[in-house]
Amino acid sequence: MSGGSYYVPASSKWPIFAGLALAAMLVGLGILLVYGWGSWIMGLGGVAILVVMGLWFRDVIKESRGGLYDAQMDRSFRWGMGWFIFSEVMFFAAFFGTLFYVRTFALPWLDGEGAKGVSALLWPDFAASWPLMNPPGSEIEGPRGIANPWQLPLVNTLFLVTSSITLTIAHEGLKAGHRDSARNCLIVTLILGVCFLLVQGFEYYEAYAHLGITLQAGIYGSTFFLLTGFHGAHVTVGAIILASMLWRLQCGHFERDNHFGFEAAAWYWHFVDVVWIGLFLFVYVF
Amino acid sequence: MAPKLPPKAPLEHGNSITGGASAHEGEHHYRSGPLRWLLTTNHKEIGTLYLIFSLSMFMVGGIMALVVRLELFQPGLQMVQPEFFNQMTTMHGLIMIFGAVMPGFVGLANWMVPLQVGAPDMALPRLNNFSFWLLPIAFVLLLSTLLMPGGGPNFGWTSYAPLSTTYAPPSTTFFIFSLHMAGISSILGAINIIATILNLRAPGMRLMDMTLFVWTWLITAFLLIAVMPVLAGVLTMMLLDINFGTSFFNAAGGGDPVLFQHLFWFFGHPEVYIMILPAFGIVSVIVPTFARKPLFGYSSMVYATASIAVLSFTVWAHHMFSVGLPLVAELFFMYATMLIAVPTGVKVFNWIATLFRGSITFETAMLFALAFIVLFSIGGFSGLMLAIAPADFQYHDTYFVVAHFHYVLVPGAVFSIMAAVYYWLPKWTGHYPDERLGRWHFWLSVIGVNLLFFPMHFAGLAGMPRRIPDYALQFADFNMASSIGGFLFGFSQLLFIWVIVKCVRGGVKAPARSWDGATDLEWTVPSPAPLHTFETPPDMRRIES
Ligand code: HEM
Ligand SMILES: [Cu+2]
Repeated sequence: MSGGSYYVPASSKWPIFAGLALAAMLVGLGILLVYGWGSWIMGLGGVAILVVMGLWFRDVIKESRGGLYDAQMDRSFRWGMGWFIFSEVMFFAAFFGTLFYVRTFALPWLDGEGAKGVSALLWPDFAASWPLMNPPGSEIEGPRGIANPWQLPLVNTLFLVTSSITLTIAHEGLKAGHRDSARNCLIVTLILGVCFLLVQGFEYYEAYAHLGITLQAGIYGSTFFLLTGFHGAHVTVGAIILASMLWRLQCGHFERDNHFGFEAAAWYWHFVDVVWIGLFLFVYVF
Repeated sequence: MAPKLPPKAPLEHGNSITGGASAHEGEHHYRSGPLRWLLTTNHKEIGTLYLIFSLSMFMVGGIMALVVRLELFQPGLQMVQPEFFNQMTTMHGLIMIFGAVMPGFVGLANWMVPLQVGAPDMALPRLNNFSFWLLPIAFVLLLSTLLMPGGGPNFGWTSYAPLSTTYAPPSTTFFIFSLHMAGISSILGAINIIATILNLRAPGMRLMDMTLFVWTWLITAFLLIAVMPVLAGVLTMMLLDINFGTSFFNAAGGGDPVLFQHLFWFFGHPEVYIMILPAFGIVSVIVPTFARKPLFGYSSMVYATASIAVLSFTVWAHHMFSVGLPLVAELFFMYATMLIAVPTGVKVFNWIATLFRGSITFETAMLFALAFIVLFSIGGFSGLMLAIAPADFQYHDTYFVVAHFHYVLVPGAVFSIMAAVYYWLPKWTGHYPDERLGRWHFWLSVIGVNLLFFPMHFAGLAGMPRRIPDYALQFADFNMASSIGGFLFGFSQLLFIWVIVKCVRGGVKAPARSWDGATDLEWTVPSPAPLHTFETPPDMRRIES
């Protein structure tokens, strides 16, 4: 534990700016959704968040490279990142829970299964199925088709799994002091991540343009976009983090035995990868 | 967690009152002026900010409750429109839970966890500032929804769909974002507390050496990180249903409004333990001090807390008994809920055993702690009654439930925060709080709170539904008593503010060990605690040997 060298930073202006930036983004989005204007507030807030985070992390990096941090500080960061990822796991757990609940309970009950089956009286003609092509209410139009998991989704699975492997190789390279191999593998990881996002974007286009899978297409479209959408957002964030790690690597930031920034980015990326495996299995295959 | 590099420092006595005394970084010029509070990274200043914020929200939420009680003073509609009444009950609940009780406990954790584990500050001080300042921002946004077209949220703090989606006012989108921000604040604050407890304990302090306040907060922080994201998720699904036409809570599209309830209560039940576990910790620290005996059954307290936390993930549907669950679910959730009463009983037993044959004195902090034990137990018992699924069909959504959760939350969680304030004020300000005023505050609060909430049991058992602005004549007497109690309790809190202000300004000087039965680490630093304490951690191994 501590030998009395734990670094306590002096006051900082970034946290409160970060709070205001976040508020601007959310309030802007709210105004946009409710009143139809305000996108510039949202955009400003979003950009401000990125800028403030950059400045905040710049301070942290400076302190770290200035030798102000000790092993105990390193552990604080590790606990911090670890529990943050746990909170993300629970965030996705809520969405997976939704998917399972709808498939195992809600739809069969609407179809009359179960002891009471009262809700079956609402739409007597409804037949449960998954993917739900014909939602109970006639006002909601279901999807016309679904994506084949063994085409683009499989390709995307390969992209992400490979990217996790290349990232691990990059990390090993960093630990062994092979900066060039670390950089190259990191670049490959990033490219794979971007490919994933492009394929995902194409899939969304297909869903909307040809398959009729939309946010409004009943519970199948809802869960599909909820899970893949938030996952895609996390891949995007992860790619931004990896890109800044690449930049830091180029600046010569990481030491063989001291590169938690890189490690944290890798943890995050692996987490996003694991979530995708869950998605591939339960959203696409089964 | 074995200590590795043990410095042979003597027990620290807070050597840096002026702030410049630390040799290792020389960065301690803290700002003065208003900016100081905006930019501070100091756990004591941030703790103070949290506590002031909590107290202000307690007042704002309290005024809303008094609007409700005023309307319910007599049957018929006198004071407010039903639409506004609904906004008041909803806002009252949201503000008390997310604005008063939770930040109150986080403020106490900020102040006391580093002092009780011998840490120089919180593990991640800048993040700490961020966690705090998100809260005022979130609550300004939340309160502003009252002024928006269509009014603020009016569907109850539980926000059941479709009341909160299809039939909700337009401001609901802003309500969702404000809770998102409050949730981020909670998650980051909890991460900070866990990192501090796991990583910044003084050398030689094992987990089982920690005070119960620290223990309960460790477990609470875990609960927060586990369930706040679920709340964020379900709110996001609401947002999508409202603004993007998804069908999560819409059966016509294949979704299910009951799904909302499952997700909400998967968050909601652990949430009620988030609001009571730190209270258990506070009482477990105060009772031994004024009984002048070590806590009875320390390790059983720790295990009881941990098992409550684990069980709290398995009982959520006791809030949904009457929604139409399969029979097995009714039975499972009924028995699981009753099981929670066992570790809770262990705790009450241990407090009483600690009192047994103690040399007890009745300082205000102790009075509040003792009232907690008695009155929280009443709430626990009514909880057990509600847990009986077949009986709950009668109680559900009546004033009996309102009585239950107010007993656990007001003379429970809120009293524990007040006890903690009276207990630690000497450490924060260097002065003892005024005992005479404190006793007045205590007795008025106890009488007020019981007059306010006890009759609700009867009104509920007789069938009075909750969340209504008008009611049948036979409930009139109970409601009048409740309203009188409500105003008594509400106005007594002005005394509380007075005691605090007085104590900050002056009073009898308190020594480092302000209570003669107090043994924890925070009492080894001077009163008031200097801005920086334990910059060199105290060596706890010396105490062991
Ligand atoms: C012995 C422990 C407890 C048991 C067995 C218990 C049981 C219950 C049950 C069965 C209900 C649902 C009643 C209904 O809606 O019909 C309920 C509601 C509630 N309980 Fe408890 N409870 C316990 C402790 C607590 C604690 C410690 C707190 C908070 C600090 C709490 C806060 C609440 C709240 C806020 C509600 C109502 C939520 C709402 O509908 O707005 N309970 N409790
Ligand atoms: Cu509950």
